[in-house]
Amino acid sequence: MTQKLMRPPAQTTNEVDRTSSTAEADVGLGAQVENVLEARHLSVSYGDYTAIADLNLPIKGKEITAMIGPSGCGKSTVLRSFNRMNDLVDSARVKGEVLFHGIDIYHPKVDPVEVRRHISMVFQKPNPFPKSIYDNIIYGPKIAGTPKAEYDEIVESSLTKAALWDEVKDRLRSSALSLSGGQQQRLCIARAIATNPDVLLMDEPCSALDPIATAHIEDLMHEIKTEYTIVIVTHNMQQAARVSDRTAFFTAENDPASERRTGQLVEFDFTERIFGNPADKRTEDYVTGRFG
Amino acid sequence: MASPSVRKRLPATTFNLTRRMDVKGRVFEVALLMAVAVTLGAVAALISQVFFDAWPVLSGRFGQFLTSGLGSRPEISGIAQGLRGTLYLCFIVAVVAFPLGIGSAIYLEQYAKPGRLTRFVDLNIRNLAGVPSVVYGILGLTVFVKGPFVGAITGGRTPLAAGLTLSALVLPLVIIASVEAIRSVPQELIEAGYGVGATQSEVIRHHVLPYAIPGILTGTLLSMARAAGEAAPLILVGTTTGFLTNIPAWWDVGQVRERFTAMPIIITSWVRQPETGFKVEGAAAAIIVLMLVVVMLNSVAIVLRSRFEKRRQG
Repeated sequence: MTQKLMRPPAQTTNEVDRTSSTAEADVGLGAQVENVLEARHLSVSYGDYTAIADLNLPIKGKEITAMIGPSGCGKSTVLRSFNRMNDLVDSARVKGEVLFHGIDIYHPKVDPVEVRRHISMVFQKPNPFPKSIYDNIIYGPKIAGTPKAEYDEIVESSLTKAALWDEVKDRLRSSALSLSGGQQQRLCIARAIATNPDVLLMDEPCSALDPIATAHIEDLMHEIKTEYTIVIVTHNMQQAARVSDRTAFFTAENDPASERRTGQLVEFDFTERIFGNPADKRTEDYVTGRFG
Repeated sequence: MASPSVRKRLPATTFNLTRRMDVKGRVFEVALLMAVAVTLGAVAALISQVFFDAWPVLSGRFGQFLTSGLGSRPEISGIAQGLRGTLYLCFIVAVVAFPLGIGSAIYLEQYAKPGRLTRFVDLNIRNLAGVPSVVYGILGLTVFVKGPFVGAITGGRTPLAAGLTLSALVLPLVIIASVEAIRSVPQELIEAGYGVGATQSEVIRHHVLPYAIPGILTGTLLSMARAAGEAAPLILVGTTTGFLTNIPAWWDVGQVRERFTAMPIIITSWVRQPETGFKVEGAAAAIIVLMLVVVMLNSVAIVLRSRFEKRRQG
């Protein structure tokens, strides 16, 4: 496994190898599954507003982890802090750690650009570049310096994994904007996996899609989870129940100190347990539709 | 459209769906229409008057008018030197103000940390856009014409000094137009770029600028049209209002450091002459030429804009 997170990267490669060697050992749902990502005492604030406070959340490898909760509970903020997308917001401040294979991605020596090459993101609204389908896929590999000879293969394998190849193989040079919304979102997934990432973050990837396109994307997530660790934020509880292995339920609580609402993790467990037999009353109320 | 049943009275029920007379709405609409009519009418009256005055020149000797130099006899005088001066001024503005303005806009929008200093700079640029052009003329006179070192480089009252003055005049406009165009780039597109591991400069060069280019071009070319029509700063910078003896060739770049004149200056000096050949016919024909230059610049802006917008569709 070649990791190039830090500049200079030399001193960290050992650490990565040590933690990732256990990855293949246990693919089941046991506690021994490796934590690919782990939030430790993570707090994110925008100005004086705290979006999420003191989060501890392990994300297991080759699994789908769903983050659910009412609006304003900080789940999207958490997702964006997993690949330093929050860096784009000037007022955002991050405290605590996010460990990626044991490396804190907020360490001052970590380059956020490298982080995003390993932890890719699919957004709420399909956002293809105004370029051809082909150019959309190869953009990531191209700027990462992948040799031109590999482009064709990357395009085919990424689009195949994203279940889009058969639909677009005859018009790879036409504009990505000519695709339907569902196709565009699958193209965005193909683009995200073209850089060969380790983790795929999905921020409500189906909220702009119709049920058929949504079903396509959910099938696709099942297909590719053998290769990627997926974290998905969703407003759709059925979706979380259908696709995920584990579910984290967040809520927004009034912080008595600041009188502001602050997001926090209520419960994190196997999806069946969150939906079938949750430990916390608030989780039960939410998943049974009594609030939110 | 209206079916016959509309004319009949609606049956009386508990629900009154009858169309009411919307008097306020009609008055509002008519008032807005009047505003459009007055504006268009005034412009049409002005342009037709100018055409009417210029007709003897346009119909009789337009080619000769474009290619002859200034002279004391109105019937053979032309605007060759003014046309060269104006086009060279536009060229200097394009070379100086566009890169500086677009570069500043990119830095202010994409790199500068939002804070008091950035807000202060932003506010001042917006204020500078409203400063009267005469003030820029004084700046040009003291810095670009008579300033130590700079004056020596520009050679004094030359297209170079005037072009730099006009560049300073349009810089705030170019920056504002470019900033607005950059701000209109969808955040989703920027995030898409970062999401696949692009660096900040890659996001700017590959995604932000290609998307913003149509807006930037429109804004900058419109500001160039504004520069082409300015007279006040040129008068202060010391554009020649009298005769110039020679007509330099178009390609003679050396003329940027010679005495020169420009279209707006010719117009303002001709209307002060006693002869109708200058005062009415010549000035009106020169106005038509200046308008053609500006219209051409705007058409280029429109063509480029639509071409880049097509590319934006992928």
